[in-house]
Amino acid sequence: MPTLIKLTGGAFADLDNEFVHVADEDDAPNVDAVILSFTRFQAEGEALLAAGRKVGVRLESDQAVEDLAYDLPRLSVVALAFPKFRDGRAFTSARLLRERLGFTGEVRAVGDVFREQAGFMVRCGFDAFEPSDGSTAQEWGTAAGRFRHVYQRAADDRAPAFEERA
Amino acid sequence: MYLYDALDKEFLADRSAEFRGQVARRLAGELSEDQFKPLRLMNGLYLQLHAYMLRVAIPYGSLNAVQARRLAEIARRYDKGYGHFTTRQNIQFNWIKLADAPDILDQLAEVDLHAIQTSGNCIRNVTADPYAGATAEEVDDPRVWSEVIRQWSTLHPEFSFLPRKFKIAITAAPKDRTAARVHDIGLVARRDRDGTLGFEVIVGGGQGRTPYVGPTIKEHLPAGRLLSYLEAVLRVYNRHGRRDNIYKARIKILVAALGAEEFGRQVEEEWAKIDGARADLPDTELARIRGAFATTPFETLPATSAIFEANKAADPAFARFARNNVKPHKKSGYAVVVVSLKAVGQTPGDATADQLEVVADLAERYSLNDLRVTHAQNLVLPHVKLDDLPVVHAALQKAGLATANIDLASDIIACPGLDYCALANARAIPVAQHIAAKFADADYAEKVGELKIKISGCINACGHHHVAHIGVLGVDKKGEEFYQLSLGGSGAEDASIAQILGPALPADKVAEAVDTLVDKYLSVREGEERFLDTFRRVGMAPFKEAVYADAH
Repeated sequence: MPTLIKLTGGAFADLDNEFVHVADEDDAPNVDAVILSFTRFQAEGEALLAAGRKVGVRLESDQAVEDLAYDLPRLSVVALAFPKFRDGRAFTSARLLRERLGFTGEVRAVGDVFREQAGFMVRCGFDAFEPSDGSTAQEWGTAAGRFRHVYQRAADDRAPAFEERA
Repeated sequence: MYLYDALDKEFLADRSAEFRGQVARRLAGELSEDQFKPLRLMNGLYLQLHAYMLRVAIPYGSLNAVQARRLAEIARRYDKGYGHFTTRQNIQFNWIKLADAPDILDQLAEVDLHAIQTSGNCIRNVTADPYAGATAEEVDDPRVWSEVIRQWSTLHPEFSFLPRKFKIAITAAPKDRTAARVHDIGLVARRDRDGTLGFEVIVGGGQGRTPYVGPTIKEHLPAGRLLSYLEAVLRVYNRHGRRDNIYKARIKILVAALGAEEFGRQVEEEWAKIDGARADLPDTELARIRGAFATTPFETLPATSAIFEANKAADPAFARFARNNVKPHKKSGYAVVVVSLKAVGQTPGDATADQLEVVADLAERYSLNDLRVTHAQNLVLPHVKLDDLPVVHAALQKAGLATANIDLASDIIACPGLDYCALANARAIPVAQHIAAKFADADYAEKVGELKIKISGCINACGHHHVAHIGVLGVDKKGEEFYQLSLGGSGAEDASIAQILGPALPADKVAEAVDTLVDKYLSVREGEERFLDTFRRVGMAPFKEAVYADAH
């Protein structure tokens, strides 16, 4: 099970990952919390939610977050995939989830997730991370907080340079 | 000039510390070269044929004397005593040791310089008119908007892992010295009839394997909405640009695939959903940045200078320099001086540490502490008093920097080519030197007039050969260097992509062929027509015939 780093109230902590990632070809395990592909969620989401399970959806980097808009209030987690370090589409997806679609649940980074991108991820609204580089919460937090200043508004509440100056 | 405040400085210090840690992890073997590569590239550090190359950003091509002197020190201490100015107004050091890179970044940060976003698939250093704040042609100072974009794009959380690199150019003058129409985004500032400032937004121009002159997707974007509109363009690109093929990943491919109209529609749709109050820069910050550029301490001077006129009359070399390298200034009694880095026999764009120091001193003493880099790989002293021109010229002459060839045939743009670059198929520098030698006779070069020759050592087109009046592209034919010539390109306001002349030529025939092309041009030229105008009037046929009749 990959470790999970969770950001809560500005603090990063290592947590047990209560969600099970369920692949499309696997049988649904009998657990309380699952993360499904969008396709599988469309087929089985209603039933799982009705059974009181916590449900998350994993979106690949070429899938549009807008397609989840209707279901967002019922989702515990949206997991956004980074198939490669250099595929930056999930940054946009995260911002749209937070800033445009108003999603307040967990936005989780999965896939090629390295601490070098921690700062960008946090700024775009991610609050949970499954690091693929073995980072601890402490290392992740240090990387995310590396810069004392930022120059632009994003999905976090950091004051950009122009507000600090004002 | 915009000066970094404590906040900008702390940002650079944090960046430098981050990179020092990454290099330490690499040197200790904690990071493999594969893992380290994207990290070093985020700081402009490339691994080239012989050594690491460090590309230092010169935001919108603007330097002060202290910064130029620091670049000279770095060239002397960590390189072989010279640096190479690029077509993106940056400077590259070609002989860097990895272990030295963190110290170099610290020393750059001390004078507000850095290597952030000089490579990688992010928003690169913005290019701007090198005559900004000096030319009477401009409707606004493009440095204001360049600085706005510099800050906005610096470590942008959403747009640092785009499908491919992303280059923005800004000009506010009708005469385009930034190649705006062959950038990912070109911004041309204009005022409408009631004086309101706006930008023509050109998206999807580019060079490389598939050159395009970019289409205009917005005629007049209100200037205050610039950042939200850029956000919309970048978001559409980040989501929909191709990522399956590095050669089809630039925004130009997306714009061409969708069509400019549909791309523009998608941008408008996205833009309408963005909250401008959050995304656009507040007026107070814009005013702060504008103020930094508005304080150039010009003196009130007469429009003419007896010293200048007397020296022109007495010294033919100075008169030639004045004709070719001295450009009009918006303030009476001042001139813009272009310093050529294209002396015959020199590598285009190279400057030695000593030369950098000479230019730094001249900038400090005679140009209000302001120095610019041009995309044509030359330098500019933007604010020189007419009275001071003779003494500036003499100092440049002494340093080998007074070549009076701006926009003439020997003012060649060339990429580093196979002498340095791991991607190149052929050398570019010696070809440039051979061609320049054909125009060493300054009278002849002036007679030929404006002629933009640009050389790339491979199809990536860093030497801008697609937008040259005469373009030269190095190709590899079974292990031998050949060169394909093309004619009729322009990167300026009359942008066009050059057309291929014919079969590629061996290295020793290139300069000769250029000579033949110029002879043909002179024989059919009408009036004061430039080479480009003649080509556009008579077409390819006479030129093709001249070169290939000769070659066979």
